[in-house]
Amino acid sequence: MSSNVITVSVGQTDAKPWVDELHHWLATVDHKRLGILYIVSALMFLLIGGIEALIIRIQLMHSHNNFVSPEVFNRMFTMHGTTMIFFVAMPILFGFANYLVPLMIGARDMAFPRLNAFSFWLSFLGGLLLYFSFLGGSGLYGAGSAPDVGWWSYAPLGARAFSPGHSSDYWTLALLVSGFGSIGTAINIIATILCLRCPGMKINRMPLLVWMNLVMAGMVLIAITPLSAAQIILLIDRYFGGHFFDTQAGGSAVLWMHFFWIFGHPEVYVLIIPCFAFMSEIIPVFSRKPIFGYPVMVAATVCIAFVSMSVWAHHMFTIGMNSYANSFFTLTTMAVGIPTGIKIFNWIGTMWGGRIQFKTPMLFSIGFLFQFLIAGLTGIMMAASPFDWQLSLSYFVVAHFHYVIVGGILFALFAAFYYWYPKMTGRMLSERLGKWHFWLFLIGFHLTFDVMHIPGLLGMPRRIYTYEPGRGWDTLNFIISIGAFIQALAILVFVANLIFSYFKGVRAGNDPWDAWTLEWSISSPPPAYNFATVPVVASRRPLWDLKHPENPDSRYE
Amino acid sequence: MAGLILAESAIFTIFVVAYLFYLGKNITGPTPREVLETPIFYTICLLSSSLTIHLAARFLARGIGFAFLGLWLLTIALGGLFLYGTAEEWHRLIYEHGLTISTNLFGTTYYSLVGLHAFHVTAGLIMLAIVAVFGLAGRVGVK
Repeated sequence: MSSNVITVSVGQTDAKPWVDELHHWLATVDHKRLGILYIVSALMFLLIGGIEALIIRIQLMHSHNNFVSPEVFNRMFTMHGTTMIFFVAMPILFGFANYLVPLMIGARDMAFPRLNAFSFWLSFLGGLLLYFSFLGGSGLYGAGSAPDVGWWSYAPLGARAFSPGHSSDYWTLALLVSGFGSIGTAINIIATILCLRCPGMKINRMPLLVWMNLVMAGMVLIAITPLSAAQIILLIDRYFGGHFFDTQAGGSAVLWMHFFWIFGHPEVYVLIIPCFAFMSEIIPVFSRKPIFGYPVMVAATVCIAFVSMSVWAHHMFTIGMNSYANSFFTLTTMAVGIPTGIKIFNWIGTMWGGRIQFKTPMLFSIGFLFQFLIAGLTGIMMAASPFDWQLSLSYFVVAHFHYVIVGGILFALFAAFYYWYPKMTGRMLSERLGKWHFWLFLIGFHLTFDVMHIPGLLGMPRRIYTYEPGRGWDTLNFIISIGAFIQALAILVFVANLIFSYFKGVRAGNDPWDAWTLEWSISSPPPAYNFATVPVVASRRPLWDLKHPENPDSRYE
Repeated sequence: MAGLILAESAIFTIFVVAYLFYLGKNITGPTPREVLETPIFYTICLLSSSLTIHLAARFLARGIGFAFLGLWLLTIALGGLFLYGTAEEWHRLIYEHGLTISTNLFGTTYYSLVGLHAFHVTAGLIMLAIVAVFGLAGRVGVK
């Protein structure tokens, strides 16, 4: 595969005027460029969502604080949640999937490049629509600017009578539009993986990252579409005088909760499964061992996908379902713990006896394993419905899902950034800044979210904009806010690292980590055509075979 | 394509669930039993159009352009007829029974579900018509 380079004639490498370059980026249908566009736009929204989180934390720093008004506080937590889920986590994971899936299966591009570009711009438009609400949300009514109904927009709060003006409409349209983008991307990922694998890449030889993105895309098709349908229904209620969620005409507010959570819970797995995918690529490389239990990993992923479709009502234990429904959703929710536990054991099994290299991606991966385990344990605690009755709508829940999303998803994403940044830009991220980033973020994370469980147990409810002194919450909230600022500092180090390394980083070469999947066989960054000659693979670790012709994997499979 | 159908069916499922969930929960009339009739003829039109389009595709694969075009246009006609049926039904419901989308829960769910379906039929007809125009211009081949 060393002959994998086509010499480019000198004329083509001349520096282009920046307008040309911009045009190339805006009109691109190349999966690598779209992947980077996804990632960069998501990072932008990450910074915005992070600032919103800081505003929330400043307001809650001590009792009776007046940093922002209650109205602004409501807008901040709504926008923070919506932004982080729909315009940070989803696009950034789609970005990595876009970039890596075709490279890992030896394909030239995604199956439908134009659909790919269309999906990206739909998602991005959704994000812009959401933030345009700050300007246009008042509409003619002068009521409210940004949406302030929470990221779930529970009925009847989302109805016209309780959310006048257009701010909730921007929320609805943003989610509808970006939802269609997600569906397009999911179809694209499935078609790519099923149809464009290179010769020899049997379905049981695909890298686990590809497998898990296939499962994720399948889940998107089933999980995001109910949300889109629910948004259409909400629009019918708001604009055509429908009565779906209008309790005075016999409609049901609980139906909205069902529709929302039948999306909302699988969504968690849509986000976490690609993170499992990153772990399954990064941990073996830095443990210098092939992944432990490949078929079981695949089976566990598919299993999680299936079970996660029937757990949604564990978000609704407190609305008064009958005891059969409560028991059913308690059992299914606890059942998710089994395949997830299998995965954690497999990753530990991979590290066991390996020669572990503590580079930054591996540090973040180990952080992920530890924190995701704790997040799963608090998840099991709350899956028990009697326990949930006590703690639902308290800060314990907030601590739990931030443990999943920050401690799990975000740590995995940072690992992925440090691991694949060399492939995307041709330069390594600085290890020194990376270590600073890791330790600062780890300390800030634990300061914030470990401590956050305690006010929850003491009964501090979510979504309150301030609280009375003398309940024992002040010191704890102060510590939580300090942790948030340490995390913000760590993010600044990360952004500085991204920018600094882009210009000054050490040149990476094709394969800086001595890895085994196909994307490392070509130059960094990869040429527009990806593979000059179509690769042929004979095992799950094609590059291992290439580097060790005397003892290839293909001999044992 | 299978992915798209899966996604679409999930969307329809939500609308059907909403419709069924609210059946019999109306506070005011009219109720479905009072006003709905089974549109047998138009259902036959819609279902048989899937047969004609399937045959059209097979003739196209065999390179019999004339038969393809005829069946293709027949498909469009059947789809159009179905749309006309929906329109007629809506007209009757609105003007004779006074049922609109904001009358009651049945109205809301009924018009949403049937409207979503009619929207899909319309979009399908537009796509079919585009192919038909190309077909009439003689530019649809075996490929």
